[in-house]
Amino acid sequence: MKSLKRREFFKYSLAGAGGALCSNLITKIPFIAIPDTAYALSSTGKLSHVEAKYYKKLEHKEIECQLCPRKCKVGDRERGYCGVRENQKGIYYTLVYGLACSFHQDPIEKKPFFHFLPGTDAFSIATAGCNLNCKFCQNWEISQARPEQTDNYELSPQTVVESALNGSCSSIAYTYTEPVVFYEYMLDCAKLGRQKGVKSVMVSAGFIQPEPLVELCKELDAVKIDLKAFNEKYYQEICRGKLQPVLDALKELKRIGIWYEIVYLMVPTLNDDMRDIRKMCAWMLKDLGPDVPVHFTRFIPLYLLKNLPPTPVSSLEQARKIAQESGLKFVYIGNVGGHEGGNTYCPKCKKILIGRYGFTITQMNLQKGNCKFCGEKIPGIWG
Amino acid sequence: MSKSRVVIVRSGRVLSKSKQIDSFVLSEMLKKGLQTLSGDLDFRDTIRRFYSPQDVLGFKVNCLAGKGASTHPEFALAFANLLEESGIKEKNIIIWDRSNEELEEVGFPLNYKGDGLRCFGTDTDGVGYSKDLYEHLNIGSLVSNILLNYTNTQVNLPALKDHSLTGISCALKNYYGAINNPNKYHEDGGDPFIADLNALPLIKNQSRLIICGALTVQYKGGPSFHPVWNEGYGGIIISTDPVALDFIGSQIIDQLRRKQNLPTLEKSGLSPKYIFTAADKNHNLGKASSEEIEKIEINV
Repeated sequence: MKSLKRREFFKYSLAGAGGALCSNLITKIPFIAIPDTAYALSSTGKLSHVEAKYYKKLEHKEIECQLCPRKCKVGDRERGYCGVRENQKGIYYTLVYGLACSFHQDPIEKKPFFHFLPGTDAFSIATAGCNLNCKFCQNWEISQARPEQTDNYELSPQTVVESALNGSCSSIAYTYTEPVVFYEYMLDCAKLGRQKGVKSVMVSAGFIQPEPLVELCKELDAVKIDLKAFNEKYYQEICRGKLQPVLDALKELKRIGIWYEIVYLMVPTLNDDMRDIRKMCAWMLKDLGPDVPVHFTRFIPLYLLKNLPPTPVSSLEQARKIAQESGLKFVYIGNVGGHEGGNTYCPKCKKILIGRYGFTITQMNLQKGNCKFCGEKIPGIWG
Repeated sequence: MSKSRVVIVRSGRVLSKSKQIDSFVLSEMLKKGLQTLSGDLDFRDTIRRFYSPQDVLGFKVNCLAGKGASTHPEFALAFANLLEESGIKEKNIIIWDRSNEELEEVGFPLNYKGDGLRCFGTDTDGVGYSKDLYEHLNIGSLVSNILLNYTNTQVNLPALKDHSLTGISCALKNYYGAINNPNKYHEDGGDPFIADLNALPLIKNQSRLIICGALTVQYKGGPSFHPVWNEGYGGIIISTDPVALDFIGSQIIDQLRRKQNLPTLEKSGLSPKYIFTAADKNHNLGKASSEEIEKIEINV
C-alpha cells in the first residue's frame, strides 16, 4: 500500500467526474476534503473479500445471486454479470467493498436531484462494475470494468462519512457506475452516515430485486432512477436489461415513501418515439402520481453509440410538453445549459421557485418547502 | 467445398493412473496429429506451414478453472519443444492468459522478461488491455495487449470442458480470456457473443492452429474442476477450424456423458448454440456439421 498525495488524489478523482464533463457546465470548483492519511492506493488485483448479501447456495458449489433481476447462476471461481462478485468455493463475495474507483465532491444538482437539498454538495463514490451494459454509458471505463482493471482507493465507510463531513457535504451519493453492484458497501456507508447526520442518495438504474431494495431504502434518503426507455426491446438491445423490474422498483419506492426522481436519457432514433413517452407519462401519473420529478436529459454520443447525434433540444422540449400535458407537475430538461426547463416552477402560480444555470442555483423562492408567492407546498426534501 | 479436418489423437499411455502426463507419449501424439492434419511426413513441415521463425507466437491457454480443468502446462511445453525443433526460438513464444495468479496456480512458471519461454498474464504490470475499445457485432471490449502488441499470431491451446452457461468451453470460448469484460457475454449461452468475438478481425486474423487438450475432460460440472465428472480421456484434438473443433468437442462431451448415463448437453438445455452461429454466413468462422467435417481418429 502506498499513500496517495493530495495532487495524485485529485488527478485520479477526476476520472469520476467524467459524467460531469459531458453532462453540463461545471460551475463549482470541486473541493476534495479527505484527511491526507485516510486513504491509500490499492495495488491492482487487491480486492475485497466480504461475503455478499442476497444469494442462494446451490449444488456443487454453484450459487444464484438474488441481488438483481438477472439472478446469475455462478459456478465456483466465476463471477456474475456485474464482474465484481465472485463465487469462491460456493461462497459469494463482493470484491469491491471499501474500494472506490472514483470519488468526488459534486453539487447534488449534478445527480440530478432537483427536489433534494438544493445547493448542497454530495460526496460521491463509485466502485467498478455494473449489472447492465448500456451502449451509451458515459462512465463505461469504470462501469464495464472488473475491479482489478481500475485504480481503487481504500475508502472505508468511516472514511467516506468523515470525508463528507470534512467537505461540508450534506449527503453521500452512490453514483457514476451502478451502486446496486456495491450494495454491501453502500449499505454500510449509508448506515454510518445516518448515525453521523449525513444523508445518502443512490443514483441507479433501479435494476434490483425488491427485497434488497426495501432493506436499502431504510438507510437511504433519496433515490434517482434512470428509466432508460418504456419498451422492453430497448432495454434488451441497448442496455441488456429488462424494463418490468425497473417499473416494479419505481412502484416499490412509491410504496415505501422514500423521495425519488426519474431521469430519462433521450437517445435519438432509439427511445425518442413520442408515443412511448406519452405511454410512459400516463403510467407514471397512474402508478407514481403527479409529484415525481422527471428529467428528460440530452444524450451525448459515447461508448458504443458514437454514431448517433446529440439529442435535439426540440425533442426534449416535446417530451417535456407531453409530460406536462399528461399531468406531471415537475418536468425538467437536463444537459442543456441555461434552458428554462432546468428551473423548478410552482405548479399553482407558475412562477420560478428554483432558478438554475447548469448546477448553480440562481434563484430560490422556496420557503420551508412552500412557494413564497402563493404558499403552494412543493414535494421534496428541502432541509 | 472442402471439409474441415479435425484430428483426434488418443493414447492409453499418456496418463498414469493418477493422471500424471507422460511427456514423451504426449510429444509423439502431437507429432502424429500434426502430420495427420496436413498429410506431411514430417511434423516440422506442418508447423512451418503455419508459423515462421519471424513470428512471435502467443499460446492462448485457459487457466480459469485451476488445476484439473485447465490447459496442462506439460501440453503447452511439449508443443513449444516441437516448435523449437522446427526453428522457432523459445523466446518468440509467449504463454498467456488473463492473470498471473491463474497461470501460476495451474503450474505455468511465470517469466516476463527473462530468457527462454515467456509466460505472463494480461494483468502483469505494464501489460494490461488496449486503450481503445474494439467493437464488432455485439461485442465492445478492451483487448489484451498481449494479443495486440506482444504477439503477431496465436496457437489456441484450450482445454475441452463442459460449461454450465455456454454448454462447452473449448476453442472459440478460449478468447474470452483475451478481453476485459467476459462477464458481459455469458448470457443466452454465450450466443452470439462467442461467435462475434471470434469474428473480430484482430482475433480471426491471428488464429491459425488450434491444439486442444483433452487429456482430462470435465464432462459435467464445468467450467470448474469436479473430480467426479473428470475423465482421463487421454486425447488431443487438432484443427485449423475452431468451429469444427468445438463441434467435435461437444460430441466428445456428450459421449462421456452418455457413458455415465448423464443427459446430453441438449437434453440438459445446454446445447452450445454459438458453435452454429459461428458457422453461419455472418460469421463464417468454420464448419459445424458432420457432413462438412472430416474427423480422423488415431491412436498412438
